[in-house]
Amino acid sequence: MAYVKTTLEEAALPAAGGFAQRWRHWDKTSIVWIAAIAILVLLVVNPLLRLLVVSFQDAEGAFTLANYVGAYGRSRHVEALLHSLILGVSAGTLCLLFGVPMAWALSRTDMPCKGLVWIAILGTFIIPPYLGAVGWILLAGPNAGWLNKLVVALTGMDKGPFNVYSMPGLVLVVACYSFPYVFVLTKSALDLVSSEMEDAANILGAGHLRTTFLVTLPLVLPSILGAFILVFLEAIALFGSPALIALPGRFHVVTTQLWQFFEFPPQVGLAAAYAMPLLAITILLFWLQRRITHRRGYVSLTGKGGERRPIALGPWKWAVLGWCLLVTSLSFFMPLVVICQAAFAKAWGRGWSLDNLTLRNVYAIVFENALTRTATWHTFLYAGTASLIALVLALCIAYVTNRQLVNRHVGGALGFLTMAPFVVPGIVLAIGFYAAYTRPPLVLYGTAWILILAYTTRFLPIAFVNSNAAIRSINPELEEAVRTLGGSRLVAIRHVVVPVLKRSMAGAFILVFIPATRELSTAIFLYSINTQVLSVLLFDKSDEGNFETLASIGLVLVVITVTLILAGFRLMGRDFMLRRTVA
Amino acid sequence: MSQLVLRNVGKTFAKAKVVDGLNLTLRDGELVSLLGPSGCGKTTTLRMIAGFINPSEGTIELDGKVISAPQSSLPPEKRGMSMIFQSYAIWPNMTVGENVAFGLKLQKVSAAEMQRRVDQILDIVKLRHLRDRYPAELSGGQQQRVALARAIVVNPKVLLLDEPLSNLDANLREEMRFEIRRLHDEFAMTMVYVTHDQSEAMVTSDRIAVMNQGRIEQIDAPFELYGRPRTRFVAGFIGRTNFLTGARREDAVDFGGFRLPARALAADGRLPQQVQVSIRPQGIQLLRDKPAERDNRCCIEASIARRAYLGESWDYHISLAPALEPLRVSARPAEVFEVGQRIYAEIDTSQITLVSD
Repeated sequence: MAYVKTTLEEAALPAAGGFAQRWRHWDKTSIVWIAAIAILVLLVVNPLLRLLVVSFQDAEGAFTLANYVGAYGRSRHVEALLHSLILGVSAGTLCLLFGVPMAWALSRTDMPCKGLVWIAILGTFIIPPYLGAVGWILLAGPNAGWLNKLVVALTGMDKGPFNVYSMPGLVLVVACYSFPYVFVLTKSALDLVSSEMEDAANILGAGHLRTTFLVTLPLVLPSILGAFILVFLEAIALFGSPALIALPGRFHVVTTQLWQFFEFPPQVGLAAAYAMPLLAITILLFWLQRRITHRRGYVSLTGKGGERRPIALGPWKWAVLGWCLLVTSLSFFMPLVVICQAAFAKAWGRGWSLDNLTLRNVYAIVFENALTRTATWHTFLYAGTASLIALVLALCIAYVTNRQLVNRHVGGALGFLTMAPFVVPGIVLAIGFYAAYTRPPLVLYGTAWILILAYTTRFLPIAFVNSNAAIRSINPELEEAVRTLGGSRLVAIRHVVVPVLKRSMAGAFILVFIPATRELSTAIFLYSINTQVLSVLLFDKSDEGNFETLASIGLVLVVITVTLILAGFRLMGRDFMLRRTVA
Repeated sequence: MSQLVLRNVGKTFAKAKVVDGLNLTLRDGELVSLLGPSGCGKTTTLRMIAGFINPSEGTIELDGKVISAPQSSLPPEKRGMSMIFQSYAIWPNMTVGENVAFGLKLQKVSAAEMQRRVDQILDIVKLRHLRDRYPAELSGGQQQRVALARAIVVNPKVLLLDEPLSNLDANLREEMRFEIRRLHDEFAMTMVYVTHDQSEAMVTSDRIAVMNQGRIEQIDAPFELYGRPRTRFVAGFIGRTNFLTGARREDAVDFGGFRLPARALAADGRLPQQVQVSIRPQGIQLLRDKPAERDNRCCIEASIARRAYLGESWDYHISLAPALEPLRVSARPAEVFEVGQRIYAEIDTSQITLVSD
């Protein structure tokens, strides 16, 4: 017992302590949250503030409204805005058509081949949207596209009917790579509807069809609406697919128009002003989405759900399966096949014969081409560093707020700032970073750091959602037990919190890392000659029409992503990706 | 040696007074439990003793030194106490042996000494064979014993227990009560035990502090607490009881259908105008025939209103007078009466306790 004696005597409290005493008893964790606030100012507050400021500045820095006049004065620019709205609404609607029946089929029915459909949806999730766009260019490019060739060969028409370089083409491509959001959100809502709800309707005389439309679907309607909004926002914020499809199709959406403002010489003020409605719509709709999905009164969605039995579809199950396979063919199977063909072809247009096969493209980008090699290295270096920073920062913030080491207001502010990037489209964030860090006092433009920090900011919310869940899963008593036995908070963190969190943090790292490796919309504004990454390279190559190299780069990216996801499965169990990326 | 004193301790959370003017002194080696319904402030009190919460007023002293005061408090890690948590808080990333050794490691005990003490305590809690297991592989009762071993092995000045048995099933809970009492006797530790289960408190404690709405209503040994509850709350919370309210009439108290002599309720006969008493169901005996008058007994005519056979005993409700709530009486299995039967209820006046609100 001697140890207690000495520490007690040394530390026994007089009624009021002196400075040294205060310091010794002052919780050092304040340093953590003060640092966190400083970093959040650098990452979130400053770029967004500068975005707003430059939108009101002329070249000399004086106040002006000329940017807004310039941005909205031309019909072209307003038209692009309109195009974005059309794209968002149409893609959202198409996603509902794609995603809701599939969610219902996989959640509630005895449809066969569920595993296959699952894999295809996961695959769709894994393919970067711009790579999907490349696939669709190969499929439905005017004249040379495979689908056009097929129609010509079958009907003898002299020209194929499909043209991907059009608004319908863009809508289809965007919808193909956004419908997993609808699927995941609808399915997880459906999974919570207990069969008893449906039984209750059945016993009162409603058939399966009526029950589904009058009971089941209305119960998950808030989730479906929320998913629609999410897809709408995703569609209007997307840069890659519109750039690949709209630009050759000679029309603009907001994001491509923003990009054009950055063609040399960059007109930052104009771009900032033009980005404002995008930001405003996003914030507004996210708020709306929250309100819809968090509405109370839908009790069935809160409980554990009771027993659940699949609905027997009879012969209709083949029709439902057909629909699922059609959708996944559009989003996954067909694009994947043509991308693989292009990646391993001497010239993709020459077709499917064996003598057209080669490993040269892949070999070249992996081993020979210095540009692709450095870009690959950069991609993983930047994504890795950014993920690490985001995760450590998010963990610190989640820890101090959950353990109430900061007062309520500071905690609220920390949480708000950390989640704020969630409602900022990547392209808007990039403009903010450009505005904030191209001029003194802090010049980051041209260095790798501007990309790393932009990635960090962009994916901070994902890191935070995961860290928060992980910290919440640790009973504070585990740490308190360390403290009563004589360990400080730091000892508790080192010996208990960190070891316990290791696995879930590795999973969270992958969840941040994967989108960071394929991030295009921020990179396109912030990269320089020395800081090329794969996504930018891929986008540049599309200009040259070198689809073999393009497809190879995409495939390498996909292979690496798949490897990481498999690692994630091992760490966190199946479906970890679909669980927390859409918060 | 380890004397823990709480002086006028209070805690206010967002204007709600959770603990209010609490005074408590624990002698060295004493086991005191804080007993009360949920929300009575017992856990908050325990966490203030542990140092996780700062009191809003008052002080906590250990061996004459202030360890908690509103201005600043000694952090938990410098108090030399240990604690057993409701969730056990066994670290899932360490084996049983590592869990138990952790506190010793923090004290920088030599490896040989650590080994010896860990082995010793694991023997005492009968877990030595599970030394290299991880907590997830243990049953609830085994985890509980790991928590006990981990807390005791460091020789804490004070051992704090926060509802340690509430997550165990009924049989195990009963066994662990005695286990805790045994460990207390073996190590003669000063212990504060928080629980809402009265029999748990009765089995383990030297004294029980019954808490209600942030205050200690009564602190006494289990025997006195049951036999002589001072307030209506304590009487109702510890065991079952009957409450009767009467008005004072000269040298007797009128309960609205029968009377009891004032001297039977208070030796000096000094009673307030309104009298509230508690009579335990065991304090009343039911008789077929009118008994001879005896000292300290008073006899009332009554009838059986309701009965239930519980196996170990009969649970009778008897009505003394039409205007009165029936009284509950606990009788041995052999004492069989029919519903509606006229009987005589003989009350042992020494078991009637005056209670205040």
